[in-house]
Amino acid sequence: MRSLPVLLALLASLTALAAGHEYHLNGQKLADGVYVFVGAREHFSRANGGNIVNTGFIDTTEGAVVIDSGSSRLYGEQQRAWISGHSASRRIARVYITHAHPDHFLGSQAYAEVPQYALPATRASIAESGDRLSDNLYRLVGAAMSGTQSRTPNLPAGEGRVLIGGRALQLIAGSGHTEADLAVYDEASGTLFAGDLVFYQRTATTPNADIPRWLAALQRLEAIPYKTLVPGHGPVVQGPEAIAQTRDYLRWLQSTLQEAARKGVDLPELFEQPLPERFRDLALARVEFMRSAEHLYPALELDTLQGQGSH
Amino acid sequence: MAASAWRRLALLLMLVTASAQAEIPADPLQSPAWRYLAQRYFGEAGVVFDPRVKLLLPVSAENPLSVPVHVDARALAEVREILVFADLNPIPVILRYQPGAQAEPSLGFRFKVQQATPVRAAVRTGDGQWHLGGAWIDAAGGGCTTPSLGTGSGLWKDHFGEISGHLWPRENGVQRLRLRVIHPMDTGLAGGIPAFYLDELQLQNGKGELLAKLQGFEPLAENPLLSFDLRNAGVVRVLARDTQANQLRGSVAP
Repeated sequence: MRSLPVLLALLASLTALAAGHEYHLNGQKLADGVYVFVGAREHFSRANGGNIVNTGFIDTTEGAVVIDSGSSRLYGEQQRAWISGHSASRRIARVYITHAHPDHFLGSQAYAEVPQYALPATRASIAESGDRLSDNLYRLVGAAMSGTQSRTPNLPAGEGRVLIGGRALQLIAGSGHTEADLAVYDEASGTLFAGDLVFYQRTATTPNADIPRWLAALQRLEAIPYKTLVPGHGPVVQGPEAIAQTRDYLRWLQSTLQEAARKGVDLPELFEQPLPERFRDLALARVEFMRSAEHLYPALELDTLQGQGSH
Repeated sequence: MAASAWRRLALLLMLVTASAQAEIPADPLQSPAWRYLAQRYFGEAGVVFDPRVKLLLPVSAENPLSVPVHVDARALAEVREILVFADLNPIPVILRYQPGAQAEPSLGFRFKVQQATPVRAAVRTGDGQWHLGGAWIDAAGGGCTTPSLGTGSGLWKDHFGEISGHLWPRENGVQRLRLRVIHPMDTGLAGGIPAFYLDELQLQNGKGELLAKLQGFEPLAENPLLSFDLRNAGVVRVLARDTQANQLRGSVAP
């Protein structure tokens, strides 16, 4: 049966070719049994097929624990084929979906018979908006999305320590990037899969963000004695720089938008706002700042209009 | 009529047609609707694409129900009117703005977008010439055919027609006015909900003199949030009217 994974991988890539996208996923080993698939530091495009995300897995004697299934059915299938071909267990034990953004969960069809876990608010959000997010990703990346349908994780995840196949994982239930953001910490290797609570060298995205809650979540992650941190987007790090950069950017974003609202700046006028030197080299700095202004400014500017009356 | 006379008439007609078409310059945004819309909105008047008309808008619409746009034509003298439209929206015209002598030719607003489209600000100067600025916006779309959010929230039952605002002093004696009117701005394109929108808004100074006039259309976003720059020191009165002849009034003091 050793040839089965190889056969699966071959099948998956043939299917991908027929449908038009090969992701060339290649897991990087971070520690014994811990791997990451590093995505492009780009926006969604036809060329990257939606692979702008970091996913990964932790191998256990019961099978691999997959962290995020990627951006499409094809991504999930190719990810699963790679895991089956490279893990000692050659099985999949379960999948954790960190949050309800399309690049993180739309590969879940490839794990149809595998238990899939997510925080309750993440499950609710995928159930409600998954189809719309999937449709929009079709529009942005095209053929790589062939056959993709949103699947809601079938089991609830919660804060705490879980033992799977001789491996202790800590689940951290945060929020702020979205309504619910799961981080997974592997005790044995000291690897923290931070999900999109942490971005590095790639500008943070905010379509469902609550910055004060996000900053609180970063404080919790910082207290974890990790040796390796896998951000949701951007390169893997060993030190505190990724959390520090995410926090620095979010604080700057918040205060910049608040100050503009106090001055009566109109939202599109923000698009011309100069970015500080230290953020200019982050991937997608300008376009993500513009998007964030659209997401976060409307609530701030309405506050400045309170207390005036009509008659 | 002699054959030569017919020929002369035909030639004349061709010339008229050719000259009318020659006045429409090629579209830098390459919109499929450009020639049709240009004929419809500008007729025989001169049209030029002019970098002095600045249009700020997102690259892609994060919220198709509320795309923020800011038009700045302050680099042009004698601006009489600003017409803003989105070529590929089912209802292209978003607004017409007529700044008076005490209003700067700049404004901000939000609109509903139905699909990726060019968005344009056409600025008419005193000599009758139209100056155009514009850009494409990408959009997942659906903004015009989605029922307004307030329908479900009960906002209008309790707050319909309320006007809130604020004035900020700016450089050179200019005041930035931002105001918001609670109104559904129904396009008539969402199933079972007829068109219902603000179609006129006037800004006056404390003495009742007209500062600026805005004509609104269906694509203006729900609960319009508008920004104006006025050369006016004191209070600004707001008088608005919608398509059901509701008269809405408010005032914003510095």
